[in-house]
Amino acid sequence: MNRSKEDGFLSHIRVVDFTTNLAGPYATRFLRMLGAKVIRVEHGRRLDVLRRRTESDFNAVNPGKMSITIDLKSPKGMELAKRLIKISDVVVESFRPGVMAELGLGYDVVRDVKPDIVMVSISGFGATGPERNFASWASIFASMSGVSYLTGYADGIPTEFRGTFDTRAGQMAAFAVMLGLTHRQKTGQGQYIDVSAIEQQICSIGEVVMDYTMNGRIGERMGNRDTHKAPHNCYRCAGDDCWVSIAVGNDEEWEALCVAMGQPELFEDDRFKNPLSRWQNQEALDEIITSWTVGHADNEVMEILQKAKVAAMPVMSAPEIFEDPHLQRRNFIHTVEHPQIGKRFVFATPWRISGDPSYVPKRGPLLGEHNNDVFCDLLGMSPEEVSRLIEEKVIS
Amino acid sequence: MTKQEEVINASQALAGLRVLEYSQFISGPYCTKLMANFGAEVIKVEPPGGDEARCHPPFFQDIPDKEMSGLFLYLNTNKSGITLNLDNEMGRIMFRELVKQADILVENNPPGTMKQYGLDYESLKQENPGLIMTSITPFGQDGPYSRYKSYPLNTYHAGGEGYCLPGGTGWQLNPDREPLKAGGYIGEYDAGTVAAMVSLAALLKREFTREGKFIEISQQEVLLSLMCTELGRYSDGWAESRATRWFPIAGLMQCKDGFVQVMPFERRMWNGLVNLLGDPSWSKDEKYDFANVYGRPTKGTGITGVGGRLQIQEEVNNILAEWVLQHTKEEIYYGAQERGTAVGIVCTTEDLLKSKQLQARQFFIEIEHPKVGKHPYPGLPFKMSSTPGQLKRPAPLLGEHNEEIYCHHLGFTKQELIQLREAKVI
Repeated sequence: MNRSKEDGFLSHIRVVDFTTNLAGPYATRFLRMLGAKVIRVEHGRRLDVLRRRTESDFNAVNPGKMSITIDLKSPKGMELAKRLIKISDVVVESFRPGVMAELGLGYDVVRDVKPDIVMVSISGFGATGPERNFASWASIFASMSGVSYLTGYADGIPTEFRGTFDTRAGQMAAFAVMLGLTHRQKTGQGQYIDVSAIEQQICSIGEVVMDYTMNGRIGERMGNRDTHKAPHNCYRCAGDDCWVSIAVGNDEEWEALCVAMGQPELFEDDRFKNPLSRWQNQEALDEIITSWTVGHADNEVMEILQKAKVAAMPVMSAPEIFEDPHLQRRNFIHTVEHPQIGKRFVFATPWRISGDPSYVPKRGPLLGEHNNDVFCDLLGMSPEEVSRLIEEKVIS
Repeated sequence: MTKQEEVINASQALAGLRVLEYSQFISGPYCTKLMANFGAEVIKVEPPGGDEARCHPPFFQDIPDKEMSGLFLYLNTNKSGITLNLDNEMGRIMFRELVKQADILVENNPPGTMKQYGLDYESLKQENPGLIMTSITPFGQDGPYSRYKSYPLNTYHAGGEGYCLPGGTGWQLNPDREPLKAGGYIGEYDAGTVAAMVSLAALLKREFTREGKFIEISQQEVLLSLMCTELGRYSDGWAESRATRWFPIAGLMQCKDGFVQVMPFERRMWNGLVNLLGDPSWSKDEKYDFANVYGRPTKGTGITGVGGRLQIQEEVNNILAEWVLQHTKEEIYYGAQERGTAVGIVCTTEDLLKSKQLQARQFFIEIEHPKVGKHPYPGLPFKMSSTPGQLKRPAPLLGEHNEEIYCHHLGFTKQELIQLREAKVI
């Protein structure tokens, strides 16, 4: 195998990807971006929910993967899946717990086919426990993990979330794959990894949980506010629905903010003379700051304040993100051409590796685009055999 | 570590891996915590005053003590802690010695900090060519914003998600108010997870190349990536905001004792919910059939149910809201889920500790700490069948392992340690 320096970290790894929707595909998106070969097993008549909704979403989360179509409910289809697993390193799936076993691809079967396989299941509640079969989507991962309750205006209701709680589960699952592969590299042993989207998310509010377990205090919503910093909020700027976030951590930054706003006298104001008094009077503070920010564009405020060494960033909207000079300079935003939906904006990796060529952005695969590559080139089947399986709707 | 713990540790996924951490607050410490969970030997290097997380609430019994911050205690379990003053030349020499013995170095200082100390990757790799060095910063190592000052609030709001919060009812109630950050510091944790993933990927490759790498993580790009589908829609000019994100049916609803997230997005789920309501007479009317309530999903918007008829949806929402308000979160959650309908409790931290599912999976793990005692901590982020990981050791006291690390690993004598302390090196 070619293991030249130019290959990605995972260029020696092949992943069979049975996932759908967003959480699982986000995990394998990162595996692909790290160099692994990812083969998505799809079904021609039961389309991935993202393909059903919009090919654009599918494209964003499946860049550079291969797509094959197999009817897993047919015995011959199952045979194909097993042949693929036999020559692979990782299996990722995101069905409801138990569904893979019902299909005949539970871990015990997969392990018999490929003893050192690293198999990762991603589900809402985890693969065990009395609520394992409960239905859930990203919004429920956010609500059951405690994050929804903690998010919102201090005087308002909790906040519902969307896809980012799928992708958060996916990035943790990708880390889990690394652990499985590290152990396998050392010992030759594979294993099964059970990722609960809810549990992994609770790990991201550890300090709030500790406040409850140590002090019996239930964490509450506090908008953009901080436990001790002030000002610490988003402020309206000139333009339609434009905002800037500003946070001040000490007296030095406070003085710099007063001067930058052209109101140095505020620094002498008793209401704001130390961190505690600023925190206690932050509503008054927010009004004063807003009366200044509304006269400026959000990126103007950023530039003025950053020059003064005060932390300020626009609350970035989609148009701002795609026109952002920083992200462009870092080559984070690319355009790819997709045969069905045309030009698409896609992102590069959120990491850079010294000495490695930069990531080449890719589009998502068309449904079954790689059937020939996989069945003929990889599994060594003849074109006639493939045609026959297509006729039999095994390759669907 | 006790003998028994060492035996368990030897069989963990990252047994034998040596990780050095020179990080503050959350992103770097969470990255190495994830590794320490699964057997890596993590040495946390703190400046003599300690990681700033030590001064961050919540404090045990609200006593502001450097050994009692719940944030620090949570993020630094399973690690050894030493103090080292990098402003001192001897301190920097000792840091180099520690790096020589490390596989991975994780730091999250502002760009340029390590270089100022002469401890940047180019310099460190001379002595340890296999070193993997991972740097986490708000905006990356280069580019116009790289030197910008950014607290977690600012980084989060530069990441795309904040502009869309709160959506749904939260926005309808407050259409003119400011965008929100997610609760806690989850954007900081996100960067730690991605940093841990890429660091281990580099380690896998090192087995073949024997070469280390410098990895830089941009927190902003980690956050934008999480939004890759939503932001990808901008290719068609569709810009997500607080005003574009709502569930036409149900969603976040107030119940008798809190809030629930109700999501009956499929026919069987809708029927399950109607059944939970007691199959009321109105539900027999075809008008309230799933197909009529939801309509056809509209391509492109990512919103389920936009194609439904607004008037029916409003009626249905009113009926649901009234019913939900009269029932408790547990009644609604278990009642709906038993009927196959996706409903979640909007859990408080108290609800989390009481969850039967989390208890059955033994998610929370009790850890005893010398100064704050024994408390349950959030446990491991996932379950591994062969190398399950463990959460055993409490976070280190400031400088707790100075003697162990400096004497046993670097070969200093106890006498020299005293001198180093007097010279304010440690």
